[in-house]
Amino acid sequence: MKKLLNLCASGIALGAALSLPAQAEMLKELGKPEGALSIVAWPGYIERGETDPAYDWVTKFEQTTGCKVEVKTAGTSDEMVSLMNQGGFDLVTASGDASLRLIAGGKVQPVNIDLIPDWKRVDDRLKDAPWHTVDGTHYGVPFMWGPNVLMYNTEVFKTAPDSWDVVFNEQTLPDGKTNKGRVQAYDGPIYIADAAMYLKAHKPELGIENPYELNEDQYAAALELLKGQRQLVSRYWHDAMVQIDDFKNEGVVASSAWPFQVNLLKADGAPVGSVVPKEGASGWADTLMLHSDAKHPTCAYLWMEHSLNSNLQSDLSVWFGAVPSVPEACTDKSGMQTAEGCDANGLKDFDKIWFWRTPTSKCEAGGCVPYHRWVSDYIAVMGG
Amino acid sequence: MTDHAIFPPRAGLVARGVDWVIRHPRMFTFLMILPIVLWLGIVYIGALIALLMQSFFSIDEFSGVVKHEFTLSTYAELLRPSNFDIIARTVVMAGSVTLASAVLAFPIAYFAARYARGKWKALFYIGVMLPLWSSYLVKVYAWKLVLAKEGILNWVFAKLHLTWALDGILSLPVIGGNSLSVSYLGTFIVFVYIWLPYMIIPVQASLERVPGPLLEAASDLGATPRQSFRMVLFPLALPGIVAGSIFTFSLTLGDYIIPQIIGSGRLFIGQAVYTQQGTAGNIPLAAAFTVVPIVLMGFYLWGARKMGAFDAL
Repeated sequence: MKKLLNLCASGIALGAALSLPAQAEMLKELGKPEGALSIVAWPGYIERGETDPAYDWVTKFEQTTGCKVEVKTAGTSDEMVSLMNQGGFDLVTASGDASLRLIAGGKVQPVNIDLIPDWKRVDDRLKDAPWHTVDGTHYGVPFMWGPNVLMYNTEVFKTAPDSWDVVFNEQTLPDGKTNKGRVQAYDGPIYIADAAMYLKAHKPELGIENPYELNEDQYAAALELLKGQRQLVSRYWHDAMVQIDDFKNEGVVASSAWPFQVNLLKADGAPVGSVVPKEGASGWADTLMLHSDAKHPTCAYLWMEHSLNSNLQSDLSVWFGAVPSVPEACTDKSGMQTAEGCDANGLKDFDKIWFWRTPTSKCEAGGCVPYHRWVSDYIAVMGG
Repeated sequence: MTDHAIFPPRAGLVARGVDWVIRHPRMFTFLMILPIVLWLGIVYIGALIALLMQSFFSIDEFSGVVKHEFTLSTYAELLRPSNFDIIARTVVMAGSVTLASAVLAFPIAYFAARYARGKWKALFYIGVMLPLWSSYLVKVYAWKLVLAKEGILNWVFAKLHLTWALDGILSLPVIGGNSLSVSYLGTFIVFVYIWLPYMIIPVQASLERVPGPLLEAASDLGATPRQSFRMVLFPLALPGIVAGSIFTFSLTLGDYIIPQIIGSGRLFIGQAVYTQQGTAGNIPLAAAFTVVPIVLMGFYLWGARKMGAFDAL
């Protein structure tokens, strides 16, 4: 039954994405706080000190504004889109694959950045990012971002590997043993982009410009590379905790991973390090977006402001292993984050990161392979 | 006397309503079963029909949008090698899990039904039920630790100087792998562990109902233990085994958590549905994948009914 509900919801989401964007009016000025605010967020994004008293960026907001914050967590982007389609929420922390669908579906309204004094603190490189800005109109406030780093075992690699080569091609690792069965790859179809990114650097004759926009030939080459990788991979990783366990107990020594796993493993004393190799890395960037029928717009604007000028950016980036959208948060001591911490989570590698987005057939070059084909073909690759 | 044979209608709306319902027994039955019919009809059958309808649509190859026109092309897509592999893999796994569960469950159930009394019987029930009391996820993650390359089982094998035997098994094609937790063998072991109680209980129930004197009579008439098992006990217990196999088979067919945590990353039907309905937005193909276990189970249940499985439930 739940499956069917999900199906229906996705169906509605898809239908909504097709309809023309509704012309939602931008808020001109803030009113009186409405006393409540409901947010759809990734698990761990909105902490009020209940999990760990040291991580709290809600209580103070509630005290100063009187807006009682309610959180609905969602595990996948699709869930977020369907929750927003159902309505009844004010804000959502949408990732790059959901944000444009929400804009196209008219489910989020333009954000008046004049009402957010601290907008100026946002990383300049994120201010006009294409996953929340359409035709010069801002549909949200950048929240957090992070890279998919190459995590490696420091006992096997005395020096950090400088290329994704170690996970794509069979070779002898520095400890004298083969990498077969000791590397992992992500089990989402979007991982095809990682292969394309590798080919972009190593096979320039393919002419790959953007790993999320692949024509038939480039796409076929990426699949070929992944089929070779299948022989090296014993298990694809899907769940961060499973991957952590695989690094500890399964003898895995190199894989794409999130800084989250790296931080947890390091905290546990495991010999791991992470690097953004020379080819670059894929990554994710989340945006705080406002529902077009938000019942508490003033509280929502206050929260957007709060997200930029409080301990939120700093502490959340420590908590989640992410990079703040406000660069100052790394150094201004507003929370626990430090310059080294931000660098470890990927701050310096911004220019090397290809942020996640949904591949569609409409791309600049024209005739690109759409995402649903990525899905069926990646299933075939994993099926080996 | 006669003027009291028919009472005047009672006062009050509720009382009148009650009287009316009592005087119309058919209406009473109708009202009683209405909620169940609505539940089955709308929520259950309705959902299934909505699902079936989705599977007859298709996705536009170019734009990735669902086309709401009748077509069988989505079902044809199921026969593509990569998709068909998923179905075959799942069915073979479900079949072998069912067989292994039956073989393991029979002696346990037999002991419980024939020999266990009092305290032992209670211990049996607790032993079988206990795994069901803890969270499924915790059990699966625990098994991951047991089966890992640097896990408990490997350690035991190393201590017993039997690592060569384990390596031998893992080097087998198809079922082997880098370690137990990334091989089909590992997935199989965990499936059997998780679903075994659902096999033991019905088998035990059906064995309880086999009259002891029948077995004694068989041996009085000169049957060897093997013969009395084959010709008396097994046929009488078969409905229970088939009933249990309905659980183990269908549960394995639909599960998508175990192969994701323990296994080689090759998809099972449940995972394929999950992937296709997600960001891919290929709901027709996801629906078509879902229809496969429904059809398989339809045939399975039909066969099971013929073997009298439903008498043992």
